Parts: sequence; structure tokens; C-alpha cells
Amino acid sequence: MRRWLATVSISIVSALSLVACGGGGGGQASQSPAASGGGGEKKQVEVFSWWTGPGEADGLQAMKKIFEQQNPNYTFFDAAVAGGSGDKAKALLQSKLQANTPPDTFQGHAGAELQGYIKAGNLEDLTFLYDELKLKDVFPAQLVEQISVDGKIYSVPVNIHRSNVLWFNPAVLKDAGVAAAPKTIDEFIADLEKVKAKGKIPLSIGSEWTVTHLLENVLLGSMGTDAYNALFKPGADWNSPQVTKALESFAKIMSYAGDPQDDWQPAAKQVADGEAAFNIMGDWAYGYFHNPPEGGLGKKSKTDFDWAPAPGTEGTYMWLSDSFTLPKGAKNRDGAIAWLKVAASKEGQDAFNPKKGSIPARKDADQSLYTDYLADALKDWSSNKLAGSIQHGVSVNQPWLAAITEAVGLFIGSKDVKALQQGLADAAKANAQ
Amino acid sequence: MLVRRARTWLPGLLLVTPSIVLIGVFVYGMLGWNFRLAMTDKHDEVSEGKFVGLRNFIDIWDQPRWHLSVNHAIVFTVAFVVGALLLGWLLAFLMEKGIRGEGTFRAIYLFPMAISFVATGIVWRWLMNSGTGERAVGLNRLFDWIGLPQWQWFRDPDWGMAAMAIPAIWQMSGYVMALFLAGFRGVPEELREAARVDGCTEWGVYRHVVLPLLRPVTLSALIILGHISLKVFDLIVAVSGKQIITDVPAVFMWVAVFDSHDPAKGATIASYIVLSVAIFVIPYLIWSVRKERRS
Repeated sequence: MRRWLATVSISIVSALSLVACGGGGGGQASQSPAASGGGGEKKQVEVFSWWTGPGEADGLQAMKKIFEQQNPNYTFFDAAVAGGSGDKAKALLQSKLQANTPPDTFQGHAGAELQGYIKAGNLEDLTFLYDELKLKDVFPAQLVEQISVDGKIYSVPVNIHRSNVLWFNPAVLKDAGVAAAPKTIDEFIADLEKVKAKGKIPLSIGSEWTVTHLLENVLLGSMGTDAYNALFKPGADWNSPQVTKALESFAKIMSYAGDPQDDWQPAAKQVADGEAAFNIMGDWAYGYFHNPPEGGLGKKSKTDFDWAPAPGTEGTYMWLSDSFTLPKGAKNRDGAIAWLKVAASKEGQDAFNPKKGSIPARKDADQSLYTDYLADALKDWSSNKLAGSIQHGVSVNQPWLAAITEAVGLFIGSKDVKALQQGLADAAKANAQ
Repeated sequence: MLVRRARTWLPGLLLVTPSIVLIGVFVYGMLGWNFRLAMTDKHDEVSEGKFVGLRNFIDIWDQPRWHLSVNHAIVFTVAFVVGALLLGWLLAFLMEKGIRGEGTFRAIYLFPMAISFVATGIVWRWLMNSGTGERAVGLNRLFDWIGLPQWQWFRDPDWGMAAMAIPAIWQMSGYVMALFLAGFRGVPEELREAARVDGCTEWGVYRHVVLPLLRPVTLSALIILGHISLKVFDLIVAVSGKQIITDVPAVFMWVAVFDSHDPAKGATIASYIVLSVAIFVIPYLIWSVRKERRS
């Protein structure tokens, strides 16, 4: 009888402990801050981002400093998840949102990428904050228009990146007899041919997403800004001869591409090292070229590397923006709003952006902080027409981007322009809204 | 009377009940939930999802990416299973011949299995870097140095998936070796002696006595490798990321759920993976139950 009892009690204890494991286990519990907070009266604000790399993490730290100075009652909890374009962060975020344990505020690309969260009812409308801080006066009108959904705004953009930049190696171009950066797609193809004749890699590319990045640049450069922007309206015609022409140019340009590198950095490095002539990448490449070793290549701008708007896109700023949101059910809503105010402020943006290598979304930023490439970017930002990036979540939502990525990935294997166009048309039909 | 009998089986039952319940909920319950989800049209996160039968299972065959990922999985499985079996067998065969410090070698060969596929993948990502010439690192640098041609490795359009199997072979062949070594050691010395007395050559002993007795071990190894191979995910993501050139069903499933936000499609792919693994595992279970009964 005693043995019987012992067995029963052991199994009950083991069952209880297993259940306890199931309830409290998993990586998330250990990541989220303690609800009651161990630090007395100070309340934590959980800020979720994917800024862990050199430059971007420094920028986040600079904003954190300002936040904690202005809000002595709050402590900043950095819930950053490592990984280039936020792949892993987004997957973890999704499970947090589905479990109704959102971070107090999270990073997302402004624009259509947030649509999924908005549709699922995860985000609070921030129009009240825009009114309170008069943000509509300091952000460019076209930006506010492109990030609005049904007249409401759900995020605060903290920076602006440019995705239509052609990076090139002046020495390689000179050697190939190319006098200046190509202005049109046709000139670009002719220049690629000249470089090829010299035995250098005409165009360097990285992993598959960099090819989608190239595609958005060729679409914009070939079709022009208005036609490009119209592609993302409901009922847009992706089967038009204009798109066909752009895709044929894209296929032609891809035929000059070197062996794909592991990611965008080794591809950019080929240009810096003088092995390749051209690379089309966003302006985060500037930081990589220019920053001192440990994180950068320590190259001199204009002599070791140079830049121009991607062929055919002069006068247009293809933008993307990192922004912060206010999830519904945030544990510390007031703290999150305090953070959003810092992210929206001139002081916060001027602390963050020079370190991250991007320009502020506000028009009234301190221009003296932005030099060299960033000065060019700031000038163009205030004067250019705007177009939204595909790869970086402005023009298309996540399912649409996944479908475009798939079509481009299959194209890299098959080289079939017709199938690519069909894939893009199907993606638009299924996802445009 | 009943109470008395209960004393013999009830404690045992209580002891295993927690795990039966947990496995029932978290393995079979989840499997059932997944199959049910795969049969709905819940193609985004907010819609309700109506029952549509097997439509998702049929529709997915219209997608070029699905064909590609299935083909990749087959190439990977063949290269990995054949490679690991052959290499594992060869290692076991050499060990069985008797070498000094066998324990050390055994530990060295078995060691990779203790490493996760993610760690293996990160190392092999460097080893199999596709850079050539001046940019070569890892194996390509070595090949360049000893005068062998350099390779595109997993970026090769035809042989990429076979190259992707190399780290997996590296990781699992030591385990296969351990299985085979146990198999070799399980062959009674008397049988070999008897064969030798009957005039068998040493090769003949292997051919007619040892290898037939290794059949059960080979089958277990085949099943273990086969099911690992069909659900491979971590290794691929660690080596190449989520690129279509190395797409397999498990990676496609991740993209469907987390990038496309299409739960029903993800569940459909997951169901296919479970079914393909079941093709390996169920015959093995039947076979081992039968064998147990016989003995």
C-alpha cells in the first residue's frame, strides 16, 4: 500500500512539474520584461527591433539615452532580435502578437508592410499623436499620404533610407572607357557590356533578395515614377507591354551579373575592391563602404567608390522607412507613447540617423549633422518625387512581397521572362487592395 | 478482487498517464489540428476558414515552387542517405578490422552528431562559400591550393542540393558507423569460423555471412536517415537562408506561414511532410512489432 501511494504521488508531482514547464517555458517568457518590474517604481518600456548590427545598434543606444533623460520614470528594455532584414524578429513578433503579449512598441517598415498587422487589428491609430505633435507639418506631405491607410496613420517614421542608388568604382569605369554614371537603362546596359569586355564583373549581386531589390530599381528606371507607383493600386496591369519591356531589360541586366555572393555586403565589397564595376543597393551600403574597419571597409568616397541615382531614376527618391508602432494591449501604453514622442522628435532623429547612416524623416533636421553622401540624400529628399520600395515593405504587403520573391527566385533558375511576368501579375491580382 | 487486480496495473498506468496525455495533446492533437487546418480555406490570419476538403492538397501541385522543392528534397535525400550509409559502413568496416585506439576514433567520428544542424550549417556555410579565385575561402581556397577545380557548391543549379547533403553526411555518418559497428560485433564469431572451415574466403565471409546479418541494422539506419532528410530545415536555413535555389518543403512551409501569412497553405505542406515521413516510419513500426512478437 505504501509503495502504491508513493507511485501515485510521484506521478502527480511529475505531471504538475511538466505542466509548469509547459506554461512557463519557451524563449519568449525569458525575453519579456517582468510585469511588475524588479526596479521599484520605474516601469519598463519594451522596445522591439532588429537593430543589432554596427551603426544601427549605436543609433538605438543614442535614442535610448535621450528617452531615459526625458522620462526618469521609465527604463528602456531593448528587445532587439538579431538578423539582417528582420526575418527572425518578424516571425517572433507574430507569435507574440498571436499570443496577445505584444511588446510595448515594435519596429516595422512604414507602409504596406504594416497592413497585415492593421488588418488583424493589432495596431492603434496614431492620428491623435500626429495632431498633438503637429507631425503632419514636419513630415513631407507625400510621405504622410503614402503611409496612411484609410486616412489613419499607424506608425511614426524615425528615418528614411533610399533604395535606388547605383554604387560604382570610378577606376574600373575609367578603365572601361565609361565617362560618367549611366543615366538611362539603355546606357546602363551599354556600360555593362564595356566593362565585360575588360574582363571585370559588370554588376555584382548578392543573395536572392538583392535581385528583387535590383528588379524594383529596373522597374522604376524603365517605367518612370508615375507608372511605377500605379503598379501597386488595385487593378493595376502587370501584363502591360511597359512591364514586359522593363522585365526584358531586367533579364538583360541580370545576364551581366557576377556569381551571386552570400549577402549584400560581399557583393558591395566586390565594387570597393575593384573587381566589379556596379552594384545597385540601398544607401545603407554607404555606411559599409565609408565606416572605419570593424563594421566598415574604410574606403574614401568619390575616389574608391562613388554613387548616383539608379539608371533612369534621377529625380525620384525610392524610399523606405523604419518606424515604430503602438500595439493594442501594450502593457505600458504610456511608456510606449513616450518612446514614440522621442522617435518623432527632432532631437531623437538627429541622434539616431547620423549613426545609422540614414536621414531623418522630418524636414526641419539639423543639416550640419549630415555630410558627404547623407548631405546629397537630404537635398534630394526635400526636392524629389517619391516612390515606395517593394523589397523593403513600402509598396507591397508581406504576402505580396513573398509572392514577388518567389517569382524572382524561380526566374533566377529558369531565366524565363514570361513566367516572371505571369508570376508578378498573379501576385498583384491576389494581393492588391 | 477488482481492487486487488488494480494494484498490479494501476501504478504503472498512473506513472505513464502524464506522458500519454501530453503526447496525446501536443503530438497527436496538434497533428489532427494541422490536418484540419489544411482542409480549410483559411488563407490569411483573420478569416474564419471554411472546410474545403482536399482542395489545398491538389492545388499545391499547380505551383512551380512546390515541384522545385519536392525535387530538391528527393535529390537531398538520395545523396544524404546513400552517402551517409556508405561512409558509415566504410568507417565501421575499417574499425572492425581492428585498429589501435579504437575508442578514440569512435568518439571522434561520433562527435559531430552531438552538434546541432544549425552550428554545422554555419561552419559549412563558410566551407562551401561559392567565392572563386581571389575571393575563395573555405574548401574552394583549399581546392585552389591543391590544384582542383573550384565549385559553386550549393549554388550550382544541377548539383547544389547534392552539395547541400555533404554537411548532413558529415554530421550523421559517425552515427551510422556506430550502428554498423554494433551490427558487426553482433555477428557471432562461431558463424564466421564455420564459414571459414567450409572454405570461404575472407571476402566470402563478409559477402555471405556478415552482410546478410546486417540487414536489420541497415534498415534502421535507412529509416533514421530518411526521416531526418525529409524534414530537413535548420541545416538549409543555416547554410543558404531561405533562397529558392535550395528550397525544400520545410522551408517553403516557413515562408507560407511567416512571410505569406497563409496558415492553410503552411498546414498543407506540413501535412505532406508528415505523410512522407510516415511512409518511412510506419513500415518500420509494423516490422519491429512483428519481430518483437516473433521473438
